[in-house]
This record gives sequence, structure tokens and C-alpha cells, in this order.
Amino acid sequence: MSSHPLLEVERLSVSFPVTGPGLKGLFLKQKLHAVNAVSLQVEPGSVVGLVGESGSGKSTLGRAMLKLEPSCAGSITFDGLQLDNATQSDIARLRQQTAMIFQDPYSSLNPRQTLGEAIAEVLKVHRKCSAEKRASRVDELLTLTGLSGDYKSRYPKQLSGGQCQRAAIARALAIEPRLIVADECVAALDVSIQAQIVNLLLELQRKINLTLLFIAHDLSIVRRLCDRVAVMYLGRIVEEGPTESVFSHPRHPYTAALISAIPDIDPERRLPDTLLRGEPPSPLDLPDGCAFHTRCCFAREACRKGEAPELRGDGNHQYACLLEAGEAERLTDPMR
Amino acid sequence: MTALTSTQISMGQRVTAPLRRLSRDLSQRTTLKIGLAIVLGWVLVALLAPWISPYDPVYQDLTTRLAPMSWAHPMGTDNFGRDILSRVIYSARVDLQICLLGVIFPFIIGTVLGTFSGYIGGWCDAIVMRLIDIVLAFPFLVLMLAIITILGPGLSSFFIAMALVGWVSYARLVRARVLVLKQSDFVLAARSLGYSHSRIICKHLLPNVLTDAVVFSMSDVVLVLLNGAAISYLGLGVQPPVAEWGVMVTEGQGFITTAWWLTAFPGLAIVLLAVGFSFIADGLSENRGGTQ
Repeated sequence: MSSHPLLEVERLSVSFPVTGPGLKGLFLKQKLHAVNAVSLQVEPGSVVGLVGESGSGKSTLGRAMLKLEPSCAGSITFDGLQLDNATQSDIARLRQQTAMIFQDPYSSLNPRQTLGEAIAEVLKVHRKCSAEKRASRVDELLTLTGLSGDYKSRYPKQLSGGQCQRAAIARALAIEPRLIVADECVAALDVSIQAQIVNLLLELQRKINLTLLFIAHDLSIVRRLCDRVAVMYLGRIVEEGPTESVFSHPRHPYTAALISAIPDIDPERRLPDTLLRGEPPSPLDLPDGCAFHTRCCFAREACRKGEAPELRGDGNHQYACLLEAGEAERLTDPMR
Repeated sequence: MTALTSTQISMGQRVTAPLRRLSRDLSQRTTLKIGLAIVLGWVLVALLAPWISPYDPVYQDLTTRLAPMSWAHPMGTDNFGRDILSRVIYSARVDLQICLLGVIFPFIIGTVLGTFSGYIGGWCDAIVMRLIDIVLAFPFLVLMLAIITILGPGLSSFFIAMALVGWVSYARLVRARVLVLKQSDFVLAARSLGYSHSRIICKHLLPNVLTDAVVFSMSDVVLVLLNGAAISYLGLGVQPPVAEWGVMVTEGQGFITTAWWLTAFPGLAIVLLAVGFSFIADGLSENRGGTQ
């Protein structure tokens, strides 16, 4: 591990004010804790996956890391630059080196701009190249993402979802970012297109040494794409480590449940039905102890009390679970 | 027909994108075409008024007072012996002006205030919303009349009153759209790309908001036209002897039982122009629904 991560967050928390139900809600402002004291490091040139079910706060974390969402506690460091009390110019510097790709390719592009205009705008705003070279650079970027220069006069609504997402990636690349946050960028696409986009991202990552934070709920894609993976549950990272280590030896029951729920084409292998019961508790009213204890089949008395367990383990593979290694071994054994 | 469409297409490739969109819409949308034809027809009538009107609109021929329709006076004459057809034609000049200026000022004021209030939020939003509440607290026509009475009768007072009162609907419409679009992915994407607020507003929000405002303005034109007629009818708008449809209806009402053509033809003219604008509004909103 290098000593200088590209992006580092320390105990970052994000919460939203919400109005509760009924009369009580009028007077008592509640806070929804979308992200709770999350620490994460993204090494330059790596692909980090952020997985979790809907509402686990992974998208919010991604946005907060790029200062697109105000955080209420914790610190963000981008390339050695502290962003807690960031000035306009700090933010501008962050924007020049980061980009974001969104889930819905149609809504992430301005419907009134052609692809060419959208990409040229980035080049213009960030003064990436002179006005004369702009058109050829747009062609180049569209070609790089597997579209051709002919597409620059098209509007988003004239394209398919996959083509739109390529255009969105081209726009993100126009900024020549060091870090791209891809927020569920393949979830809205067909499986065949997903594969193309994932391959495209992988290829680009190798070609221009991009750092990727890949937010997803599809574990099979994460396994294919990512060097490291962080699993989120209700605003906390419950397990973090090298992808292979996490997938082959999950130490947190939640990770284990997610992994065992990956669909398989093998008809002999039935999906287990016991690992995850019920719904996650409301983020407005988090339970004491480990947030996962309400659904965990290994939960014991210690899990239900006190503070949420801290991440522990060796430096490389960390998990927030009280279970000891021997007990956790059972997680991976399907014949338990 | 084929020749026409192919010319349209070859034209479309050369002209800029909005024009291309308009030309494509025109080849498809009957309602829009009819509406545009009616309004453009009136614009032509207004421009060519001196040449196509058979008489001077204010020339009084007291020998032919209240003459019914004839070849000499296709729409008859009024109580001063003025030719109704000529007056209806010249009125188009005044009424189109009312339509244009009566809509454009509220449109601009409302769009600007609505955009800022929606985008900035907070105190800015609070101030604009309270202003809107104040304006809405009074009945529309009463407030108009009060302002015009203070400023003194006349068309310019009418436009000022229209601007002060009419912006409210635009501001509310635009604000609501901006609030929705502000949360949309493409605005978030624009923020993540480090665009300035002015760029986000001008290049990303406004182009998407303006269509709604334009569609609304087309139906608002109808309202403004009828308001103009109502104000003139009450004697606070256009002053006689200038011909204006609302004024003509007012002047003719005393004779409605004996000489119906005094009120019927200017009334019909108002209806026809109003129908033209509402067809355009329908056509434009149809188009929005179809392509979004």
C-alpha cells in the first residue's frame, strides 16, 4: 500500500433533516443518518467497489466525497488537499481532477444539448484545449468510448441507454480526471451493454491509469472490476478489503449473505433462503449495537448493546463484526 | 408535397438545431400549423393595414351611419359612419402590440425571479414567494384597474400594470420547474464538472424551463388580449378614436339590438386571434409530450 492515497475520508458522516410523521414531526426535527463515520481510502490507480443494498448510503457517500453533498462530520482529503473548510479554489481544483458518472444515462445528460455540445462545454470550461482543436478532441473522446464522431450532433433522447452512458463517460473523460466516481453506472443498462461498459471502464482505467470508485449493487460486476471492495450497510462500512479476499473469505455475515445471493446459472445450486431475513431497520432509528443484528443469524447478546462495532482485522482486510475467525468460517460453508 | 418535404429536410440540415426542431414539428403538427397560420395571418393584416383596408379607420361619413353589411361596407358602418372592416383591420395593429408587450414583460420578470427563487432558495425564495402571495391576494382585474387608475388611462399604463401583476404565474411555473430540475442528475453532473452557477442556470436550467414558460405564454396571450379588451371596454386602455377591438365592442354595445355588426365583428376578431394563440399553445405542448 502506498502511503499517499488519492482520496481519503476519515469518519465522514452525512445526515439529512427530515420531517417526521404527524404532529410530533412538526416540532421535532429528525435527522436521517445516511452515512455514519465512514473511513475509506482510495489508492491512486486502483478500482474500489462500494456495494450495499438500496438505502445503504453508498451513493450519498460517493457524492459527499466529491463535496456534492454537505457532510456534517469527518474529513475528506483529496491528493493531500484537506477539503473540510474548502475554499472556492480548493473545490475548483477538486472539480478539475474528478468526474462522476450517474445511474440513469438519459437524465445525466442535458436533454437540450447535443453530445458534442456537452463534451465541448467541459473542454471550454476547463480550458482543456484551444477552440480550434475542440471539435477534433470531441471526436477523439467519442471514439475512445466506442462511439464515433458522427454522434456529436445527436441529442440524448435519440440514443440508446448504452450509447448515452458512453457519451456520459466521454464527458467525464473530457475533464481528464484522476478519479471517477461511477454511481451505479451500469445498473440501468441491459446485461450485454453492462458488460461492454464495464470492459470499457476497465480498458480506460488501464490505458490512462484512472482511479475508479465504483458504486454498485451488482456483486458479480464488482468482483470482475474492482481491486478492493467496501461493503456498506445502513451508512456504515461493515467490511473492506481486497476483492478476492472479501469474496472468498467474507468475515461479516452481511457480506456473506450478499455473496451467497449472487445469482448463478447452475440450476443445481439453489439460492439460500435463510441468510437474510426481514428488512433493514429504518435509518431514522438505528438499533443499538451492530446495525445488522436484527437480521443476523449469528447475533448474540453483545451484538445488541452499546456502540456499533469498529472495523478491525489486519490492515488489509477489515470487518466490523464481533464474530471470531473460527465462528466466521461457518459463513462460507454452505452446508452449515 | 415530396418536393416540399425534401426542401425542408435539406434546409433543416443547414439551419441550427432549434430551427430544425421547429421545421420538423411543423411538418407533423396540424394544430401548431393552424395556430401559426392564424396568428401570422393577423400579423400580415396588421402590417398591410394601410393597403388592404378600404377606408380610413377614423374617417366619419355621417351620411352612412349604422349601415348594414353591403358591398361598399362588407362589415357595415358604426354610429359615426366609420367603416367597420377598416377599423377591425387597423385594430390588429394595436391588439397584436397588446399581445406582444403584455406578455413579454411578465414573461421576462417572472422567469428571472422564478429562476433565482428556485435555484438560490432560502431568503431569496422566501421574498419572491411572499411577493407572489401579496399580488395573488388581490383579484387580478381589481389590481390591474387600481394600478392603471394611479398611472392614468392609456396603453403604456396597461403594459406596466400587466408587468406588475402578470409575472406571478410565470414565476410560480418557472420556480416549480427549477426546483425539480435542480435535483436532476444533469444539474448534479454539471455541478460535479465544476460549472459556475451562472453557466448552470443559463445553459442547463433555462433551456429546459423556457419551453414550459413559452407554452404557458401562448395561453397567457389569450388572457392578456381579453384583459386588454376588458380594460379598453372600461375606458382605461386604448382611447377613442383609435380603433381597438375592445373599444369597438364598448362603443357598439348601445346599438346591439339594432345594429349587431358593431359588436359582432370585432368580437369575432378577438375570438379568432385568441383561437390562433391557443392552437399554438396546444401544438407546442403536444410536441413536448411527444418528444420527452
